[in-house]
Amino acid sequence: MLIQRLILSDRGGMVVLGLVALMAIVVPVLNLAVPTDSPFYVSNFTVGLLGKFLCFALLALSVDLIWGYAGILSLGHGAFFTLGGYGMGMYLMRQIGDRGVYGHPELMDFMVVLNWETLPWYWQGFDMFWFAMLMVLLVPGLLALVFGWLAFRSRVTGVYFAIITQALTYALMLAFFRNEMGFGGNNGLNDFKDILGFELSANSTRAGLMIASAIALILGYLACRYIVTSRMGRVIVAIRDAESRTRFSGYQVESYKLWLFVFSAMLAAVAGALYVPQVGIINPGEFSPLNSIEMVVWVATGGRGTLFGALVGAFSVNYAKTFFTTFSPETWLFILGGLFVLVTLFMPKGLVGLAGRLLRKGDKK
Amino acid sequence: MKTTEQLRETWRRDQVFDFVQPAPAFDSVVDTTHGPILYVENISVSFDGFKALNNLDLYIDDGELRCIIGPNGAGKTTMMDVITGKTKPDSGSIWFGQRIDLLKRSEHEIARGGIGRKFQKPTVFEALSVFENLELATASRKNVWYTLNHDLSGEQRDRIDEVLRQIGLTEHYHQEAGALSHGQKQWLEIGMLLVQNPRVLLVDEPVAGMTGEEVEKTAELLTSLAGRHSVIVVEHDMAFVRSIARKVTVLHQGSVLAEGSMDQVQNNPRVIEVYLGE
Repeated sequence: MLIQRLILSDRGGMVVLGLVALMAIVVPVLNLAVPTDSPFYVSNFTVGLLGKFLCFALLALSVDLIWGYAGILSLGHGAFFTLGGYGMGMYLMRQIGDRGVYGHPELMDFMVVLNWETLPWYWQGFDMFWFAMLMVLLVPGLLALVFGWLAFRSRVTGVYFAIITQALTYALMLAFFRNEMGFGGNNGLNDFKDILGFELSANSTRAGLMIASAIALILGYLACRYIVTSRMGRVIVAIRDAESRTRFSGYQVESYKLWLFVFSAMLAAVAGALYVPQVGIINPGEFSPLNSIEMVVWVATGGRGTLFGALVGAFSVNYAKTFFTTFSPETWLFILGGLFVLVTLFMPKGLVGLAGRLLRKGDKK
Repeated sequence: MKTTEQLRETWRRDQVFDFVQPAPAFDSVVDTTHGPILYVENISVSFDGFKALNNLDLYIDDGELRCIIGPNGAGKTTMMDVITGKTKPDSGSIWFGQRIDLLKRSEHEIARGGIGRKFQKPTVFEALSVFENLELATASRKNVWYTLNHDLSGEQRDRIDEVLRQIGLTEHYHQEAGALSHGQKQWLEIGMLLVQNPRVLLVDEPVAGMTGEEVEKTAELLTSLAGRHSVIVVEHDMAFVRSIARKVTVLHQGSVLAEGSMDQVQNNPRVIEVYLGE
């Protein structure tokens, strides 16, 4: 019953998830077990890149859930992603121990530089993995809860909501740039050594992280499917299409928006936490408003309002980004902007919608 | 001084106070022992100095079908906004039955509690199917967690089937609501009110833009609802009002100008002056 509802009734999702699962199995094998001179060998670079894309796909999923289904345009999802990343970063920093440049048993290098004597209270507990992971979920979730409660209660919607989320992520960026915050200022957190005892520079760890990202993506996808196929999911679509009708049908619209927003923020945070060990650094630049806008472009390109569309969008736009920033870095931003305009004008349902149209045409012939 | 007076007031023994009684819950039976189900008293609303409602008094009996007419700007839609909790009045009171103060409730509570509202422009959830539209409106627990984990019960589905027959959309139940005709959307919205099991239905211009045949069908539907529900219809179409009305209230400049049967109202010189005599 549940399998039918979550997977079998969603053909596009089945294909995309199947590819993700296949990738998570085949790529690590080709990377670890195949000799480097074989034509089937997959380079470490590719493994890292795919791992990153998987995190972005999870992030796109969280944006799609809130934008595509509830119609709430958040231009601040980068804030939740980055906060999740900082949570993981703090755990990884505590794992360094006395292997830092200054060899202090407890303090981070940047704290030694600032002449701090003791560990700030909010760094306590992050040496434990479970605690760090709990914080990865709770801190962004709580921020979304408070922020969303204030915004939705005042019935802030549409463009106004988008603007204040943008302000939120910008404010966080400015705050995290400050050294006094105790998160490493503009250098952020880096120079990580190991995670759960596995060396981060080892190929097997990297492959493991990629597999973990793929699993997180699949589970996140199924959770989102569970929500959108439930009665709650239909209420959410109803809110998107006719908010006051939903309210006069007896639904407390605000609390639906709020809990969906919180869930979406936590999903973004998980993506951030998986992203950081794979790229080896987290700094306040990730909070930059531009990043949050890019996420929206991924979703728009893939096709908002279909969950697998978000995954397609995240992979295709990021692949294009890697390609173009390698060959002509200056043009990338123009391409991104142009893409957004083109998609909005000519492909309102994104790549997925386009593919669907072509398939239907093929069927008719 | 004031507190002592209040204290003394509460010691009087010839009176029952609300707070000694169990709190009035919306899900309990609405107390209509005195006749009316809706008491709208002395309601005033102004927007930037313009008085949309001016000391409006209106009593709706349980099971009654009431038509409300009036020229544009008479305050008909504002009145609905106030009853359903969308607009808070500057003064006055609205009671649902004897004991429920509607001004203290929010929109979704009022809707769950048994007051359904149809908008002027047909408003349905266009991306969802006809069945799903009714499913969402169906009376049930409507909090986030419950809707995430529970589907409708068999009884609720039966009720939806019944309403589908009533509004004549049984064959269309699978169809996307956005693809329905204008009249069918109007009926679907009325159906969405019905599955809420409301005590009071507020219907704003139900026949606007309908063909003659559709108007007739709508009139039939609304009159069949009276008795089981109290129905308040706001309408411009006088022929339609005449065909369904038993009692008509004429609003003018935010207050009641006349009330009575259609004939009485039509012969009222003041009504002729402001409205019918145009």
